[in-house]
Amino acid sequence: MAVRRLLQRVLVFFLVLGGLWAVWEGYKWLWERTGWTRPFRVNDYTLPHLHEILLQLGEPTSTGDDLWLYLLHAALFTARAAAVGFLFGALIGFGLGVALSQFDVLRRGFMPYVVASQTIPILALAPIVVRGLGSVSIRGEPPPDWLRVSVIAVYLTFFPVTVNTLRGLQSADPLALELMHSYAARGSTVLWKLRVPSALPFIFTALKVAATASVVGAIIGEAPASIQQGLGGAIINFNQYYVLEPTNLWATNLYAAALGIAFFLAVVLAEKLVVRRAPERLV
Amino acid sequence: MTDASVVSLRGLSKVFPRGGVTALQDIDLEIERGEFVSLIGPSGCGKSTLLRVVGDIVEPSAGEAIVNGKPARRARLDRDYGIVFQAPVLYDWRTVAKNISLPLEMLGWSRARRAERVQEMLDLVELTGFEGYHPWQLSGGMQQRVSIARALSFSPALLLMDEPFGALDEMTRERLNMELLRIWRETGSTVVFVTHSISEAVFLSTRAVVMSPRPGRITSVVPIDLAQPRTNATREQPRFFELVTQVRELLHMTGADEIVEPALAPEEGLE
Repeated sequence: MAVRRLLQRVLVFFLVLGGLWAVWEGYKWLWERTGWTRPFRVNDYTLPHLHEILLQLGEPTSTGDDLWLYLLHAALFTARAAAVGFLFGALIGFGLGVALSQFDVLRRGFMPYVVASQTIPILALAPIVVRGLGSVSIRGEPPPDWLRVSVIAVYLTFFPVTVNTLRGLQSADPLALELMHSYAARGSTVLWKLRVPSALPFIFTALKVAATASVVGAIIGEAPASIQQGLGGAIINFNQYYVLEPTNLWATNLYAAALGIAFFLAVVLAEKLVVRRAPERLV
Repeated sequence: MTDASVVSLRGLSKVFPRGGVTALQDIDLEIERGEFVSLIGPSGCGKSTLLRVVGDIVEPSAGEAIVNGKPARRARLDRDYGIVFQAPVLYDWRTVAKNISLPLEMLGWSRARRAERVQEMLDLVELTGFEGYHPWQLSGGMQQRVSIARALSFSPALLLMDEPFGALDEMTRERLNMELLRIWRETGSTVVFVTHSISEAVFLSTRAVVMSPRPGRITSVVPIDLAQPRTNATREQPRFFELVTQVRELLHMTGADEIVEPALAPEEGLE
């Protein structure tokens, strides 16, 4: 049964993939054929063939490496910044959520600023922060580029984790709380034995959002600060030469998407290992 | 208060500040060691609130609750009672064994001692072999038995039960009634048992405390003189029917005509 279910899922995956490919190519074919210009004119520059994007991966870049290898290095650079940022962001987010749940005063005083932090356009803030950190010195040296970039990933990661941790900690069953009360349990015991386990599904929902946000954060962190080694640098670079080689930018997007998906799947896997719940409650 | 009193309630009242509802008024009650006392009454008569006052989950507005010869709060801090709610309130992320050992962890028992006690409790509630299961893999009746095992695991002097079988079907309920009586005999604990069901109250109890609503107060206490141990045959004895009729008439005299058999609605809803 399990094998059959797996085969089914693989089949559906490829069917959807094939369907998307058909929509892409069908759209391109129809618009080129009819000469429609709305919403935009379709040609090999605005919408290259998918197979040309894939073939482009085998072409050499100005660095000497083939595109697939160049993008792999870039993706790994970005992945490191995103992963470190995600990890710290998740820890800070969780810690902040716990702290805010324990102290009412803190929650009322702090929450507006936590929310406000996310209303600042990250595109405007990122270069200031990343450049600013370039003049900081750690043991006489400026922090490495990827570490500066990861701060932006932290910034985008912590917020959903804080909000959902807070919500999750407050979601514990009132009767379960009465039960803890009847055991004369200490606050810390209630927190670790009841509130945190109750909050885990909420926290993992937030981590899934945060996982992809951290990749976006790392890319945005690189782009305006002229950090060249990552996917953000590649996007800026290929964007400038789009007219010459549009498939380079499209290929970069594929890598960025794959990276986001990989982060997401890592969180899904971690959730499966950690959260023991009634199956129907797994979302 | 006699020396044998496990619970002693004196002039107890409870007014909920919101809405000013008088949930309990002038409650006096003595419960002696080894008794099985049912609190029965219609929705809103304050029987669950009374149970929560005994367990120091709700604070009385006036009067005092003495448990094991000390204030209810002290008794709670000393872990003098185990509690079972209508819902099993098991932790989904813990196995059956770890649910039962939850209070033992808080008491600082060693791992070996906990494991040993969990096995004893599983035997007691006849769930041996289910220690590795998660709650959602068990039926409602089995879940409630785990909940009872958890409440009894640290051998509390007093067992507080708030409509523990209210959500179960009639067959399961009768079987668990038998099982509870056996556990009560074997452990020698004192039980305070809240129920909507007249026949359940009569079948289980040594005394049935009849309550009336608005404001919640005790209208009468009926000694249940059915022979121990009680069996399925007990339910067919003429004396059983007499007592059921007696309790029913007392409930009707209180104006509690709307009494319903296992209602699922939370009875107080005032907090």
